[in-house]
Amino acid sequence: MQQRWGLPVIAWPSRLRPNYWDLVALPLVLGLIALVAWGGIAMGAHYQVGEALAMSLDPGRLPEYALRTVLRMGAALVASLVFSLAYAALAAKSRQAEKILIPVLDILQSVPILGFLSITVTGFIALFPGRLLGVECAAIFAIFTSQAWNMTFSVYQSLRTVPLELIEAARMYHLSPWRRFWRLEVPHAIPSLVWNMMMSVSGGWFFVVASEAITVSGQSILLPGIGSYIATAIAQRSLAAIGWAVLVMLVVILLYDQLLFRPLIAWSRKFQGDPAAEADTVRPWLLIVLERARLFDLVQAGVLAVNRMIDTTIAALARRRRPAVERRRQPLFDRAFDAVLLALAAAACVWIISFIRHSVGLAEIGWVFLLGMATAARVLILIGVASLIWVPIGVWIGLRPRLADRAEPIVQFLAAFPANLFFPAAVVLILRFRLDPEIWLSPLMILGTQWYILFNVIAGTTTLPAELRLAAQNFAVRRLLWWRRVILPAIFPAYVTGAVTAAGGSWNASIVAEIVQWGNTTLTATGIGAYIARTTAEGDGARIALGIGVLCLYVLAFNRLLWRRLYNLAAERLRLD
Amino acid sequence: MNVPLLRTEGVCKTYRMPDHLARLVLDRLDFTLGDGEIVAILGKSGSGKSTFLRVLAGLVPPSDGVVEYRGQKVSEPVQGIAMVFQSYALFPWLTVLGNVELGLEALGVAGTERRRRAVDAIDLIGLDGFESAYPKELSGGMRQRVGFARALVVNPDILLLDEPFSSLDVLTAETLRGDLLDLWEASRIPTKGIVMVSHNIEEAVEVADRILIFSSDPGRIRADIPVALPRPRASGAAGFRQIVDQVYTLLTTEPGRDGRRGARPEPIGIGYRLPDASVQQFSGLIDTLTEAPYHGRADLPLLADEEKLVMDELFPLIETLQLLGFAHVSGGDIELTALGRAYADADMLARKQLFAEAVLKHIPLAAHIRRVLDERPGHRAPAARFLRELEDHLSESEAQRVLDTVINWGRHAEIFSYDSDTEVLNLENF
Repeated sequence: MQQRWGLPVIAWPSRLRPNYWDLVALPLVLGLIALVAWGGIAMGAHYQVGEALAMSLDPGRLPEYALRTVLRMGAALVASLVFSLAYAALAAKSRQAEKILIPVLDILQSVPILGFLSITVTGFIALFPGRLLGVECAAIFAIFTSQAWNMTFSVYQSLRTVPLELIEAARMYHLSPWRRFWRLEVPHAIPSLVWNMMMSVSGGWFFVVASEAITVSGQSILLPGIGSYIATAIAQRSLAAIGWAVLVMLVVILLYDQLLFRPLIAWSRKFQGDPAAEADTVRPWLLIVLERARLFDLVQAGVLAVNRMIDTTIAALARRRRPAVERRRQPLFDRAFDAVLLALAAAACVWIISFIRHSVGLAEIGWVFLLGMATAARVLILIGVASLIWVPIGVWIGLRPRLADRAEPIVQFLAAFPANLFFPAAVVLILRFRLDPEIWLSPLMILGTQWYILFNVIAGTTTLPAELRLAAQNFAVRRLLWWRRVILPAIFPAYVTGAVTAAGGSWNASIVAEIVQWGNTTLTATGIGAYIARTTAEGDGARIALGIGVLCLYVLAFNRLLWRRLYNLAAERLRLD
Repeated sequence: MNVPLLRTEGVCKTYRMPDHLARLVLDRLDFTLGDGEIVAILGKSGSGKSTFLRVLAGLVPPSDGVVEYRGQKVSEPVQGIAMVFQSYALFPWLTVLGNVELGLEALGVAGTERRRRAVDAIDLIGLDGFESAYPKELSGGMRQRVGFARALVVNPDILLLDEPFSSLDVLTAETLRGDLLDLWEASRIPTKGIVMVSHNIEEAVEVADRILIFSSDPGRIRADIPVALPRPRASGAAGFRQIVDQVYTLLTTEPGRDGRRGARPEPIGIGYRLPDASVQQFSGLIDTLTEAPYHGRADLPLLADEEKLVMDELFPLIETLQLLGFAHVSGGDIELTALGRAYADADMLARKQLFAEAVLKHIPLAAHIRRVLDERPGHRAPAARFLRELEDHLSESEAQRVLDTVINWGRHAEIFSYDSDTEVLNLENF
């Protein structure tokens, strides 16, 4: 038959016809679309800085607030995903870009996340005048910064480690660069990307809560969400409301885990070449629905078609102009490029210093460095204390495989739970017992991050080969000798990973943990976190920059001088393979 | 005029080293693949045989010279040439069908046609029923079948095989090889020519119409041996054994040395690519050679067969024995020298002594390290110092491997010791 109207005849392959699973899948998808639309409308609402957004402590409003928080998290996650793919691809493909992008990423990683909020919020508000969207964007950006960097690193690592033979196979079978990216490089990156996504989100809840209630230049802005609900509860000294918030947060995290990450992780196993990875895992129910429902075959077919269209378009464009000849490396050009980079970096340094020096005296700069040292001391001591507590417990759990299996999701959940929800309880205790805030505020910094130590110690202990344990038993290696010669070296690499994560998180948390409020009581501990929080509230640009700059220097110095060395030592000497 | 299927002329490949010195890997290779021909390439590690195959494929651009496919210059992968990889190179997230379809998809073959051709190729190679399986569900042999199906589905003129059977166990490899040859003999595949890199001499003699022997550092074509035996070829037949012996002889004697007994081997330099052999294997082989049925002298193909040693394991050992003067090789036979026999008879301490003397005498790198350590006041030197010297002669990874080998030998011989934490060589504990 002839196609008279020039319309394509739609072939409707049998695998795209709806089935019963679609009865479950369709509502899920429609619900998701409606949710995003609702969130979008709410975010676009009119707003003037200074206007008070009404927050109600009615627990009945909490589900709505929770949804807004979840949407913010989702938006940040999508943004992080797009960013990580684009940034990592650029860094992995272009030598010149790599020279800038990777060091920049390394620095960005050590900028405290709440510091980004301080710097960017005014800019975002200016971008969308008269709308709430500006503040929303600032909050989403802050969450984005808590997720994007390590996701990007993971993609970059994956892109650099695509097996050579697979690349050669892709070339031999004439895959275009666009297609190679989607058919080879992205799939190769997916397992570690998904894993990093999950870790990022679990760290992100802390910052969602912290970034919803923002104080800018003396104005406090409350975005509807769980974080703002808590801030309001703190202002009104309502412990009951905080209890409700904790409960709802619990449910939200569980749902995120069930609806997003369980299916994602199970799905990502498909992309691993290792057959052992898939053994004895239960397939999550949601993934089963998604795989069986025809609706998603349709979506998939659509995505593939769009992808193919882009590919053919690119191919057509590439044919038009054809610079197929491989350009030779030009050392002179490289050197000029390096020189320009150095000059730019030097100019930036001069500019920042002059900006700060314009309004801040030398004495204050020195003082800020001292404050940094106070916070550094807190972080180190806390890591030490947490290690003393959690290493023995972790080893104890790790040696009991069944217990370890059960403990793992619980510890993961504890790590994800935003510890700032418990800050009010700590303040109440400090006030009640008249404790010294300089000392007793400190544990708040590690409240949420100590779990990384426990988690990694358990994981490290379970990987100790049974034969090594038996050998130690056989030679009657016991007590102190056993700790010194057997278990501590065995868990060291895992422990270092946990301690690095915990320390990084603690630096970040110092901004909210060194200055804590309950009603109109404010408790402050001396440290650089409190300094940044105060200057942010006052909207003092130069001092914010100074505080964050110094904090970054400390974090970078610690990473380079302490953690990276321990890490290398662990990687070289104490590997169990 | 008759245009050859594939032809290279004066192909050279140099790699630029970190210190801007160029290292020659392939040296003026002239090669022609005719219609209906299977050519096998054999050579030791460092002979650049895999690099040459990639130059033929258009994956690696030659530094000099040309590659022509049916008279057309090859500068990137072209249609009509397909490749099968040593470790299969299957996409783990695609099913068997998806993997086979991939090549067609990139060529723009439409959906139904693509499916049909892929299923045909899968049937042809004996994988029917596994279309929806993922590679990780399959055994090595099955995976390589997918590799072949993916190559054959694009109806290639030329198949390039990069040690396609070397990751498989002996039986599996034999079955797959046999199936491929059957398809080829019966002309059930459109392929007109095959080039196969191999590390298995018998495999090459069984399959090929012509065997190219590459010499190492830089890679050159040293010999071109026609194999005019009727198929199927039985490995026990006299003609077969004769060619195997000939190949062994060529591979175990260096060009320029005639391999006559008693001929003094040329001295080697500091940057010599020391063979990858451990002391354990080395003394194990000497013990084996001493005992029955060899009594100090063995036919190499027979030895490889009996002791289940593949070329990549056997040749480094043999070269080590030759370098240290424990044995010499001629005409495909290996024979222990007086020194070798003395080593076999000695106890552990005396063996160490003999080994140390031989290493210091015949391995300039070991002697050089010892001399440097002796001269230095603290008798210590970082390993990186010697690594840099080696990198003047070898690629980065090879330099590291050679250094590891010499450290292993030196430690065993107690010529020097090594602290792996600080990566420092020293004369402690002596």
